[in-house]
Amino acid sequence: MSNVLLFIEHAHGSMRKSAQSLLRFAQEVTQKSGGKIYAVMVGHGLEAAAKEARQLGITTLYTVDAPALAQPLADTYATAVCAAQKACDASLVAAASSSTAKDFLPRVAVRLGAGMASDVLSVVAADTFVRPMWAGNVLATVQLCTPTKVCTVRPTDFAAAPLGQNSCATEALAYVPSPGATKVEFVALKEVKSERPDVTTAERIVSCGRGIKSAEGFKLIEQLADTLHAGVGASRAVCDAGWVANDLQIGQTGKIVAPNLYVAVGISGAIQHLAGMKGSKTIVAINKDPEAPIFAVADYGLVADLFVAVPELDKALKA
Amino acid sequence: MKILVTVKRVEDPEIKIKLKPDGSGIEAADMKYVVNPFDEIAVEEALRLRDQAGGEVVVACLGPQEANAQLRTTLAMGADRGVHVVVAGACDPSMAARTLAKVIGDEKPDLVLLGKQAIDDDAGQVGARVAEHLGWGQVTFASKEASLESAAEKEKKPAFSLQQGKLEVVREVDGGIETLRVQLPAVVTTELRLNTPRYASLPGIMKAKKKEIKELSLAGLALDDRIEVKVLQMAAPAGRQGGAKVADVAALLDKLRHEAKVL
Ligand SMILES: Cc1cc2nc3c(=O)[nH]c(=O)nc-3n(C[C@H](O)[C@H](O)[C@H](O)COP(=O)(O)OP(=O)(O)OC[C@H]3O[C@@H](n4cnc5c(N)ncnc54)[C@H](O)[C@@H]3O)c2cc1C
Ligand SMILES: Nc1ncnc2c1ncn2[C@@H]1O[C@H](COP(=O)(O)O)[C@@H](O)[C@H]1O
Repeated sequence: MSNVLLFIEHAHGSMRKSAQSLLRFAQEVTQKSGGKIYAVMVGHGLEAAAKEARQLGITTLYTVDAPALAQPLADTYATAVCAAQKACDASLVAAASSSTAKDFLPRVAVRLGAGMASDVLSVVAADTFVRPMWAGNVLATVQLCTPTKVCTVRPTDFAAAPLGQNSCATEALAYVPSPGATKVEFVALKEVKSERPDVTTAERIVSCGRGIKSAEGFKLIEQLADTLHAGVGASRAVCDAGWVANDLQIGQTGKIVAPNLYVAVGISGAIQHLAGMKGSKTIVAINKDPEAPIFAVADYGLVADLFVAVPELDKALKA
Repeated sequence: MKILVTVKRVEDPEIKIKLKPDGSGIEAADMKYVVNPFDEIAVEEALRLRDQAGGEVVVACLGPQEANAQLRTTLAMGADRGVHVVVAGACDPSMAARTLAKVIGDEKPDLVLLGKQAIDDDAGQVGARVAEHLGWGQVTFASKEASLESAAEKEKKPAFSLQQGKLEVVREVDGGIETLRVQLPAVVTTELRLNTPRYASLPGIMKAKKKEIKELSLAGLALDDRIEVKVLQMAAPAGRQGGAKVADVAALLDKLRHEAKVL
């Protein structure tokens, strides 16, 4: 028996969509290994989100609900997830790649003596996965050689598994803090408030590079994004300059996206940027330099000055 | 404050990675090696903290003999001395973390800075693994609110503030910016927006030649070279069929509507 435990994220009382991609990953693993799929949700005030997670069609949903878990902290979340791992004797613990998962899962791996594969793209066998290295220039097949294993999974590479009608059993687990639990205190969270779709799940993204020249230039991008009902992304150069929020960075060291439509405006197409968006279905590039590497991956390249082409495109879409 | 910074030798991100034909690894010919960019940022932050509060910056590396060059680079930036655990063979995040945790246990720094991710294995595990081995608190993805082009960054002040043995650190998370307070000793990993690292100056390079790099071995540390993540095969990703151009905005819209059908 080799059971799989999934860490299910939630925000503002809802389960994150990435959970369904994570479920698909688990289904692929258990098809090869046998075993059952369990899930754990950690936080405080989990009722609403747990109700959604019960529809994942899993064996049991564990909840670890305590005031001390209201904000994700690496040590406390590792403790909660290890409790669930013990409860179902999971030989694989997995989470969708996210800033929370990347923060605490390596601690879980150490506690379980587990080898860990980051950003899994596909399942070869119950202990063997494909994952990216060198900014996605290399796809490595890696085998985890430990009895218990840990993975983060790229949601963009697993189609969302459908939710079922039936809801599964829930079991509340007690949260017993580790001695190190108080070493880190939460001080504040400044959320980037946006009416636009989140880039990791958006169907369409308008993304901008240094070509926009200033925070002023970003307004054109926002306008086009709103007309397309799209999310907004950016290259590292734009985030570093402080023209947009940091969490919009797409690429090797930022967010990984795969929308239906990705419009790259004034982005040169460095390998580190391509690593985050080349899984998009249709790619459009608008750049004034016909030699820009972004054109090599674009389905439709438009060689033009973005300050002319973007407003024109926006107007034509509205017409 | 005594600060230890980990430094990994990685392939230059500006040079294209080529696979060996049999998929056993990547080509080393014509490759250049650099300090992992996130580790350069970590070194910079450590130097700013030292220059403000006093203390020592120790750089530590696990890697082949040649990684001496990358340690030297960080000594030229201004770090005080180096520790090099020389290993010739394969390494994974678990082995790196076990070894670095042992070195840290012996050095007893107040603060350990690592990169959030090494740009060769792209694992993003070692920082949190090290913190867990040591039983310390951690803050991953340390950043700051002021942009890298702001006046605040030009002053080269540390981004973290220290009060009563606790370090306050701003970090990048999905959907925003978070502030955590961590008790020292602690582990912090760096994001791209924490600072712009300095270049080594010529006098810095000269001085670095005389700085100490202590060489250690796994056997000397009573550690093994057990690997938990075995790389079986490497392959190139499927290429994307791109490159088509359109004449103007009207042609683009037509293609998106009628060919790609995404509008
Ligand atoms: C460790 C590391 C990690 C990194 N991680 C990432 C990452 O996750 N994501 C990322 O994006 N980058 C990342 N980078 C940076 C990456 O290497 C590039 O430097 C960056 O992507 C370049 O951003 P850009 O395309 O916006 O800027 P540039 O390369 O400067 O390109 C600007 C483009 O705009 C075009 N342009 C200018 N004016 C106009 C105009 N008026 N109209 C139309 N086009 C115009 C130019 O022709 C040019 O092609 C990383 C780098 C390192 C070393
Ligand atoms: N062999 C190594 N030597 C020194 N530092 C390392 C080594 N491997 C990883 N690190 C540190 O751990 C960070 C994260 O690495 P990784 O978890 O491999 O992505 C890097 O930025 C380095 O600071």
